[in-house]
Amino acid sequence: MDMLTSLLMTTPELVLTGAGLILLMISAFGGDSTARIVSWLAIAALLSAGLTLCGLPGTGGQAFDGLYQADAFGVFAKVLIYAAAAVSILVAPRFFATTQGGMRAEYPILILFATVGMGLMVSAGDMLTLYVGLELNSLASYVLASFMRKDGRSAEAGLKYFVLGALASGILLYGTSLLYGFTGSTSYDGIATAMADGLSNGELFGLVFVLAGLAFKISAVPFHMWTPDVYEGSPTPVTAFFASAPKVAAITLLIRVVTEAMGSALDAWQQIIIFIALASIVFGAVAAIGQTNIKRLMAYSSINNVGFALIGLAAGTPEGVAAVLSYMAIYTIMTIGSFLCIMQMRDAEGRPVEDIASLAGLSQSRKGLAAAFAIFMFSLAGIPPMMGFWAKFLVFDAAVGAGLTVLAVIGIAASVIGAFYYLKIIKTVYFDEPAAAYAPAGSRIENAIMAVAATVIVLGYLLNPFLDRVTATAAASLF
Amino acid sequence: MIQLFAFYLFASIMIASGALTIFARNPVHSVLWLILAFFNAAGLMVLLGAEFIAMLLVIVYVGAVAVLFLFVVMMLNIDYAELRAGFVSYLPFGLLIAVILAAEILLGVGIWQAGPVELAQRAAPVPQDLPNIEAIGTLLYTRYIFLFEVAGLVLLVAMIGAIVLTHRSRDGVRGQNIDRQNRRRPQDATVNVNQPVGKGVEL
Repeated sequence: MDMLTSLLMTTPELVLTGAGLILLMISAFGGDSTARIVSWLAIAALLSAGLTLCGLPGTGGQAFDGLYQADAFGVFAKVLIYAAAAVSILVAPRFFATTQGGMRAEYPILILFATVGMGLMVSAGDMLTLYVGLELNSLASYVLASFMRKDGRSAEAGLKYFVLGALASGILLYGTSLLYGFTGSTSYDGIATAMADGLSNGELFGLVFVLAGLAFKISAVPFHMWTPDVYEGSPTPVTAFFASAPKVAAITLLIRVVTEAMGSALDAWQQIIIFIALASIVFGAVAAIGQTNIKRLMAYSSINNVGFALIGLAAGTPEGVAAVLSYMAIYTIMTIGSFLCIMQMRDAEGRPVEDIASLAGLSQSRKGLAAAFAIFMFSLAGIPPMMGFWAKFLVFDAAVGAGLTVLAVIGIAASVIGAFYYLKIIKTVYFDEPAAAYAPAGSRIENAIMAVAATVIVLGYLLNPFLDRVTATAAASLF
Repeated sequence: MIQLFAFYLFASIMIASGALTIFARNPVHSVLWLILAFFNAAGLMVLLGAEFIAMLLVIVYVGAVAVLFLFVVMMLNIDYAELRAGFVSYLPFGLLIAVILAAEILLGVGIWQAGPVELAQRAAPVPQDLPNIEAIGTLLYTRYIFLFEVAGLVLLVAMIGAIVLTHRSRDGVRGQNIDRQNRRRPQDATVNVNQPVGKGVEL
């Protein structure tokens, strides 16, 4: 395969990289006053990168001798990632306007580069591509976490994320080098070939270390410690970004690694996935109960949700993978919707508020916002008829189909515990004595995105045939 | 014969300078001994036929790391007498680490005698007829060119990050305006005064 064909397959990444470099020049010479135009151009770049995806599923294949894979699975993940990245750029200017220093032009550029990294993660066909993509995404994320550098909590979040992320990268690299040493290859195909004739001890160690490193990136228990602090300290648009796009990228990356590279070692990784899934679900549900900060609560909620998604992966079947993809799609919409609601929480002077108690009696001052909160929280709790229920149903169904009934039962029990803290927010919003009123409604863009997300969550069942078909196609490209 | 002589020369100087790195009283001397140790390690690598690693040792360790150490040692005002004062209290911990290291070395020797790890397949077999710098370069710029470029992107993001997090425009700083400097003529800056005797200079 010649270079040009390979390059053409990576068009989405090329578009985003080129746009990132050009916008970097614009912002370097134009200063922070170009922040607004750079943001819109970045969104245009994400949109055009998304459009180039349309041509790929049919012509997909391996580029650069298997370093990069363009297939339906990658396309599905990238659509979610680009959408989440675009939303986190769209909502940023209004948030940063109220903070010290204002909106800076590097924000959309860093998001673009992080998106390039995530694209490489989900399309990786080789442990090296995986690592380089992961680092590109992580480095941009560390900077984004401490983007409000004069804010102590933001700086702390960035530093914590950086130190723990570097540790996780080290663990992942150690696992990769063990896998390379014992299989003689870094490509997924090569590792799969070597693992097909029984799993040696060295390969098992490599597998465990790789999974540990990736579990950190998806913030699954027991590698979740960084999540609440980083989510709380980061600027809210960045937290919305962390909770959506990189989560999708890391989960899909994990799916690809365990099915393509370690498919024959199902017994070995299945028990690890089952353990971290259960631990995440239970811990995420129990630890969130005592939280008073809504961003911390969302952090535990994301830990909890990752656990549910992993239940589908634990099944190890195409249906299970399709269920995880559906879960991540619905989860992304719910999370982004919730964070848009959270960004509307501003006191009378327009400063962001994060206290759950300040939501009291919201239904009397802001009916629309209260309804949106209720919809997203019901959906996150998995209460029918919201889409969140359907997502959970799919993963439990896949787990039962693969004979993991006990896992599904524990998951359902824990989701009842988890429902408590979501319902507590709804109770605060609707039935508590009104607290001080928030600043008037946000921009039209935020309201529009929130309305779309809420509509999808409520009426999403109309999309089910489409979602089922797309996720089944995407999952089939892995098996 | 000459290889044997070179090996013992490099090895003995390296061990000696390694010991002197630890025992030197002056920290600047320690760093200089460390640089000598790096050079000799590079010589050992050349003897093994790993000239790429030898170059890396000189470029990365001597060129960057050691110079960085030197800067840190010379610019930070560290009270070494105070650092040394805690020697006895840290001794048990140091001994523990020494025992662990010794155990690891013994273990390593044992594993070495068990024979090399069998690799299932090689993605990139070692070519026998090429120098290894050329072999690495060929792989890096053909098969892995895509990842090489993305690694460049990672460095770019790191650079942007460093600037975003630390750069700030300060007030009251005199910036250099080269254009204005060049446009300035002697008559703008100097004035010829016929200074009367016994009077102060008016500025």
